[in-house]
Amino acid sequence: MSALVEVTDLVKTFGSGEAETRVLQGLNLTLETGQLAALLGPSGSGKSTLLTILGTLMQPTSGAHHMLGVDLTTASDPERTQFRNLHIGFVFQFHNLLPDFTALENVMFPTAIREGRETDAAKARGADLLTRMGLADRITFPTAHLSGGQKQRVAVARALMNKPELVLADEPTGNLDRVSAMQVMDLIAQINKDEGTTFLISTHDEKIAALCHRQIAVADGKVTG
Amino acid sequence: MLYALKIAARYLTASKAQTALLIFGVAIGVFIFIFMSALIGGLAELILSRTAGDMAHISIQAEAVDPILLLPGKPLLVQQKSSKTANNLPTAMAFVPLIEALPGVTAVSPQITGAGVLTRGSQVTQVSINGLEAGKESAITRLDSYITQGTARLGAGGALIGQRLADDMDLLLGQSVRLRSSGGIEVVLTVTGIYQMGQGGFDRRTAYVSIGTARTLFAMPQGVTRIEIKLADLYAADTIAPQIKAMTGLNAVSWTVDGAQLLEALAAQAQTGYFLKGFALLTIIIGVASALLLSTYRRRPEIGIMRAMGASQGFVVLVFVMQGGLVGLMGGLFGAGIGYLALLPFPGRDNFQSGVLPIDINQGSYGLAILLTLIGAILASIWPARAAARVDPVEAIGQ
Ligand SMILES: Nc1ncnc2c1ncn2[C@@H]1O[C@H](COP(=O)(O)OP(=O)(O)O)[C@@H](O)[C@H]1O
Ligand SMILES: [Mg+2]
Repeated sequence: MSALVEVTDLVKTFGSGEAETRVLQGLNLTLETGQLAALLGPSGSGKSTLLTILGTLMQPTSGAHHMLGVDLTTASDPERTQFRNLHIGFVFQFHNLLPDFTALENVMFPTAIREGRETDAAKARGADLLTRMGLADRITFPTAHLSGGQKQRVAVARALMNKPELVLADEPTGNLDRVSAMQVMDLIAQINKDEGTTFLISTHDEKIAALCHRQIAVADGKVTG
Repeated sequence: MLYALKIAARYLTASKAQTALLIFGVAIGVFIFIFMSALIGGLAELILSRTAGDMAHISIQAEAVDPILLLPGKPLLVQQKSSKTANNLPTAMAFVPLIEALPGVTAVSPQITGAGVLTRGSQVTQVSINGLEAGKESAITRLDSYITQGTARLGAGGALIGQRLADDMDLLLGQSVRLRSSGGIEVVLTVTGIYQMGQGGFDRRTAYVSIGTARTLFAMPQGVTRIEIKLADLYAADTIAPQIKAMTGLNAVSWTVDGAQLLEALAAQAQTGYFLKGFALLTIIIGVASALLLSTYRRRPEIGIMRAMGASQGFVVLVFVMQGGLVGLMGGLFGAGIGYLALLPFPGRDNFQSGVLPIDINQGSYGLAILLTLIGAILASIWPARAAARVDPVEAIGQ
């Protein structure tokens, strides 16, 4: 069986001339379906940069990027937009939810954007996901009224809405207290076990990384272990 | 499409005070648009009814013996002062039924006009004499609406004079007066009606008599000196006058030939109106564009999230254009509503009063105001919408 995600010789530089920064310097990485992987590295090591490239939000300067057999370095912006809608879920550290919408409306967004409206089926799946996240009593809550931990659990539910093969989480617990962080990680591990969804979670917290099955260390723009 | 509309509506309701202020601003622009439309339309109505409303839209005169009468560019009133011996249109009467049958013609009034002297005791006043057919006294000039005493109907031996003339000569309704034509023929008439048009020239200088009396005074057993024609649409005069000329060979002249100044004034007035309405629309467009542009800056992170979740650039454009459209529609409807309510207390076009703005509530162009506002608001939102669509999701989410 081929890998879910494969990047080879990935290079990303920002700026040019004197101000040029080489953030990724020939990075190689393969993710197999069903993995729960932690991306470890100090701040500034290029974790977020790698995740945004894997999430098709940014193009690498050079190198190859394949997912599900699709060459994503040559795909157009609309093609990549559609690809990530169908196959990739995101959980960010900040600015995660749409503040003027309820928890359920946020969770349904990836499906509604594809179907052009909020179908009953989408509502049912959204409510089910929120219930699994322990938020059954927060389904129609405006997200502005949720706690930080609750917001991240809504974000995890939304990332799972379209049944993506890959969920990218960039320091999803970075803003949370220990109890909330563990709660979110437990839910992610549960989903990974139950549904086989592949997770790549960046963190600089060893305890969080220890909960994952695989630890990928990044330093100086390369995978070091 | 529907989903973009839902998000647009949610964005607008999320900041209620701001949205209300924006819609109110748009509504004021729409209100100004409607107010200007009603005012310019009402002014034109007033000017036309005060001048063109009482004049012939097409007149037929014999070729002039007195060249002054037909100097181009002179206002119509100069012609009314005709004091020379009238010229005859000997065969014109035969065409009257034909002209009456033309589509767009509402009245045809054959007249005998000339100059004369009105005498009562030692009082002597120069007057223009206008002989009108019985039943057509109000066909051109609406004499019946100006009557203050007596009746507008002219019988043999009756005369209609202006209030100022009556005052000058101490004449009362029912009293008799002598009228002598420039040809020296004299008749004794009874004042059967007194009118007040508010135009000094007419009120002081014109005596209306029956066409029979005028025939006697000017020794014209046949023919007339002038035929005045009124149309349903006064702007049709330029097309109907040549038709009459071609059909009858008579010298039919449209009011616009001598009314060019009036037309120019009306056009200039309408242009001022377009200018002001254009500015009202421009303020709407600038207001909507700046408000939406601010909103795109404020919502950058959300735009980034939507893009990351798989929203296309086109979807983001749609969300912001629909916000513009909703603001335009609501501001347009609201502005049209307050515009209509604000114009309600003004007297209608049929009873404009002096001292009150001549506003015609029927000429508010409400539908046009709403439509142009909607289009303007949508156009205004295109620039902010494109800026929103170009937001880089990575930067906006700011990981
Ligand atoms: N848009 C950008 N322009 C310039 N430099 C950038 C940009 N994005 C990231 N960087 C730089 O790339 C390096 C890696 O950043 P990042 O991927 O966010 O690291 P991490 O997530 O591991 O903390 C940092 O030095 C950062 O300053
Ligand atoms: Mg980072």
